[in-house]
Amino acid sequence: MIELRDLTKRYGPKTAVDGLSFTVRPGTVTGFLGPNGAGKSTTMRMVLGLDAPTRGDVRIEGKHYTELKEPLHSIGALLEAKGVHGGRSAYNHLLCLAQSNGIPERRVGEVLEMVGLEGVARKRPKGFSLGMGQRLGIAGALLGDPRILMFDEPVNGLDPEGIHWIRTLMQRLAREGRTVFVSSHLMSEMAQTAEHLVVIGQGKLLADTSMAQFIAENSRTHVRVRTPEPERMRDVLTAEGLRPATGADGALEVDGAEAPRIGELAAEHRLVLHELSTQRASLEEAFMRLTAQSVEYHGHAPGDGDTPAPGQPPGPAGGPASGTGTGPGEATGPAQGPPGGGQPPPAWGQDWRRRGGGR
Amino acid sequence: MNHTARVLTSEWTKIRSVRSTVWTLAAAVLVTIGLGALICAVTASTFDDLSPTSRTTFDATYTSFAGMGIGQLAMIAFGVLVVSAEYSTGMIRNSLAAVPQRATFLWCKVLVAGPLVLVVGMITSFGTFFLGQALLGPHGVGIGDPGVLRAVFGGGLYMALIALFAIGITFVLRSPLLAFAILMPWFFLVSNILGTVEATKKVGQYLPDQAGTTVISVVPETLDRPYGPWEGLLILVGWTAAALVAGLIVLKKRDA
Repeated sequence: MIELRDLTKRYGPKTAVDGLSFTVRPGTVTGFLGPNGAGKSTTMRMVLGLDAPTRGDVRIEGKHYTELKEPLHSIGALLEAKGVHGGRSAYNHLLCLAQSNGIPERRVGEVLEMVGLEGVARKRPKGFSLGMGQRLGIAGALLGDPRILMFDEPVNGLDPEGIHWIRTLMQRLAREGRTVFVSSHLMSEMAQTAEHLVVIGQGKLLADTSMAQFIAENSRTHVRVRTPEPERMRDVLTAEGLRPATGADGALEVDGAEAPRIGELAAEHRLVLHELSTQRASLEEAFMRLTAQSVEYHGHAPGDGDTPAPGQPPGPAGGPASGTGTGPGEATGPAQGPPGGGQPPPAWGQDWRRRGGGR
Repeated sequence: MNHTARVLTSEWTKIRSVRSTVWTLAAAVLVTIGLGALICAVTASTFDDLSPTSRTTFDATYTSFAGMGIGQLAMIAFGVLVVSAEYSTGMIRNSLAAVPQRATFLWCKVLVAGPLVLVVGMITSFGTFFLGQALLGPHGVGIGDPGVLRAVFGGGLYMALIALFAIGITFVLRSPLLAFAILMPWFFLVSNILGTVEATKKVGQYLPDQAGTTVISVVPETLDRPYGPWEGLLILVGWTAAALVAGLIVLKKRDA
């Protein structure tokens, strides 16, 4: 169990972590989510006692980190900067960590095998790929067979096979009753691994909830309507007090009405429908909506002048990412409607847009 | 095995498992002895050309340590790398996550590096003395002559202390670039100038290497210092202790 109480870190005038209070519980994978620069890594460094908090504190199984005599038995961590001397063999790297905590030498061989690096144990990590480096870092975290594991962006640099491996590993560790705390800036990644979710933006706690509840609370459902007569359909819907928006492919997107009701309206007015479906916003979208206000570095699509004003359509590549198999239907971007209609499109980093472009 | 012993074992594994340890320490030995031998050989062949005063105040022991000025730079490089590699690679985060007791961490590093540089320092010191005296031939001195054993033994201590001084300074500076950029020119040039030039000598002679090297002078006239050889070394001990304490303060205060 990791308990954070009012944890705050200031660097000069900038507040990196701002009064975080939450508890990471054993037996589940807890996702620690936030855009880049939200303060995830700083928080994790404070958990390990590497950075001193400006205010508040962190406890590991009820103790301060510095009170742990041999901490690797209690908590193992993979930090973003892997922290391996390029000239010291993988085996020796793990050996010096093991020795400092009285971990028997045979454990080094065991964890190397666990992460699949036994073949390069005597090689110097200088030549390791990013993925191999991550695996070595994870091996280090597993050394003391700790009850708590903390991974900072563990899938960075891993190939699909490696990503699958780390996901399975984290879930297995949680099933064994351990506390697994894992950070990511990718909601899609979390959705497949984490059961509990802690979301931060600009150092502030935005959500501390179960994954299921997060989806329910943050996803926006709308109905997608495609018809050869969109103008008539629009009039019909507007007459009903609804505010249809036109999607990127010309389909209408309607908030605040159930699909059956729209179907009935279409039938009443003898309108042909080519598509009528309920769209559930993806987790990615929910996350983006939640953190939209707190993204530190806004990116712009090429050709974009400024951050789109609320209510205006986003840039050419606009529209956030589509879901990655989390919602039942394929989700689309937020409404591109008249000013004030629907949610303001979240201004978002370019990486998100690129991902969105793949839809 | 108690906690300190475990951390000591771990630090020993760290030091012996990187190549830079062997390179820097071997360089310290070879450069000091090699350069010392060269200068002794040259001196021996041109001894008769020296002025009468130079001949009477000729310090054969000191001459055989002529390579130490450059050789000590390798010792400094060792000290810098032992600490700065932790920071430049990010290993420090793993190290301090494993050993959050920062004072224990620092002292264990010093306790492991200390004996190692002491052994290497002694090998260097005795090596350069005996080879140098052999090359000086009739102008050389014996280890049993007055003050000579003290000088040679002191030379070994000097090499070890300089490495530990570098360790302390690097704990303050953290960055290998910064540590090298400050320590190398300082010990190669700046300190020598400050300790020799009349205007700055009064203060300059108390600098770590200026004070420390008095321990290897056997003929007192060659060095005009207000303190004796052991006092000189003691001043270096003071500098080293101060550097390590400063390093500890920075390590304890700053985020890793």
